[in-house]
Amino acid sequence: MASSETAARSDRDRGDRDAPSGDLAGLEAGLDALESPGGAERVPVGRVLLTKVLPPIVAIALVLAVWQIAYWSDVQPDYLLPSPGDVGAVFGEMWREGTLFEYVWTSVSRGILGFLIAIAVGTPLGLLVARVKLVRAAIGPVLTGLQSLPSIAWVPAAIIWFGLTNGTIYAVVLLGAVPSIANGIVAGVDQIPPIYLRAGRTLGATGLSSVRFVLLPAALPGYLAGLKQGWAFSWRSLMAAELIVHSPDLGTGLGQLMENYRTMQNMSGVLATIILILVVGVAIDLLFFSPLERRVLRSRGLMARLT
Amino acid sequence: MAIAVDSAVGEDATAEAGYAVRFEHVSKSFGRPGKQQLVLDDISLDVAPGEFVTLIGASGCGKSTLLNLTAGLDAASAGDISVPGGRPALMFQEHALFPWLTAGRNIELALRLRGVPKAERREEAERLLALVRLQGSYGKRVHELSGGMRQRVALARALAQDSQLLLMDEPFAALDAITRDVLHEELTRIWSETGVSVLFVTHNVREAVRLAQRVILLSSRPGRVVTEWRVEIEHPRRIEDAEVSALSVEITERLREEIRRHGQQ
Repeated sequence: MASSETAARSDRDRGDRDAPSGDLAGLEAGLDALESPGGAERVPVGRVLLTKVLPPIVAIALVLAVWQIAYWSDVQPDYLLPSPGDVGAVFGEMWREGTLFEYVWTSVSRGILGFLIAIAVGTPLGLLVARVKLVRAAIGPVLTGLQSLPSIAWVPAAIIWFGLTNGTIYAVVLLGAVPSIANGIVAGVDQIPPIYLRAGRTLGATGLSSVRFVLLPAALPGYLAGLKQGWAFSWRSLMAAELIVHSPDLGTGLGQLMENYRTMQNMSGVLATIILILVVGVAIDLLFFSPLERRVLRSRGLMARLT
Repeated sequence: MAIAVDSAVGEDATAEAGYAVRFEHVSKSFGRPGKQQLVLDDISLDVAPGEFVTLIGASGCGKSTLLNLTAGLDAASAGDISVPGGRPALMFQEHALFPWLTAGRNIELALRLRGVPKAERREEAERLLALVRLQGSYGKRVHELSGGMRQRVALARALAQDSQLLLMDEPFAALDAITRDVLHEELTRIWSETGVSVLFVTHNVREAVRLAQRVILLSSRPGRVVTEWRVEIEHPRRIEDAEVSALSVEITERLREEIRRHGQQ
């Protein structure tokens, strides 16, 4: 160590004089190894079966058992409360006639198409509301309000506008799903930590490149949540619309199927259709949205592996 | 570090101007007219090309505001700030790395925004990671890195801007003492290897003395330049060195005096 009376001079010539960089590198490697979060352990398959798969199966079995007991104890006459077996027979019949997938596909394809249009409309709308103050002031509250309006309330209006056509069905689906998707992206943008936008600006991301490289990826988790909710709203709105909008040209979706069973006073059929609607909703979430959301959140370290 | 042509231009401009950044009578107030609060008052100072300057001061001295003004994140109310080398790089107390990108991709985004052609980005990102001794961390996600590693990636990303001026806003304040120590050594090494000018803000006097060639003390509310010290302690320095301690005691005394004035008002 030299004394400090030496005149001003460049310290940097001496930068690393007697600090062998190997020492520092070794120290740093040690720190990195000690402080890096450990890799997540893979959960064994048996454990997954036990904690994730078994509980819902047990729950379903319990519901079926209670239902069967209620049927046996004749709390209601059979035409009001059929047995699980009766409902199963309806499925079996649809399966043999080959109509099961036709009904499901009619509805699902409508739901997906409506949902895709809702994404195409809701995404830019949400971005506008999120980024343009005037637009937010003008339609932000309306958008939030629309979310709480039951989409079935649109059905009469849509029938007057479009008649008994697919147009009516899609209009109802869009009015149900667009506000969710738009609000999702607004929430996603609002929740971006301001530091990301500042960091982006110092890196030279301004205007459109800021939207592309910072805003959109940062808002993705909120947007995905919005999409997930948007799908749920699409599906619900679709069922509401199908229940009411009937026409021979429209084909038979699940809603129409249920309405047909109702007119025939076929309680087993009605229950079977409700189960189908539920299964489709759960399946799309489990097969598509949940894995997507999990992947995005996990890659950002926003979701801890549970147990 | 010369990849893009504009870096050479920046270097020339900085050398020609004779300073990396110059503040001339810079003032900044916040609040609406009539009820304004003066945060920075008539700041004038230069950072020479290749110089390492630390700014210290208690809360409310406007240290971070000064860096924000320099980085162009906010506009000064009066006075001029000139940065001849182009847009300065800025490092925050939070790493501010983008969690949707890997460590390497974070750096590549900075390169991309600077206009580095696609073919060269990967190699340059690897080189910068090696510079902060994080070879092999290209594909790591931000949350898979420790606090110290995150700040090193953030430093590499800042260096990827290839700016002549590196602004650092308490970048090590949230780290533990051992890690901070190591990062001090790294920063000194990288500074001497790259020749970048550094304007480093901190409230840690020892850190300021440990790193800088010049320590500038700012008063609080409003921030004004009170005095400065040239630090002529040879490198390698350590935060526990007697000379670092001695100067730190002197500066701390002066800083306390400044803080006491506020109690008396």
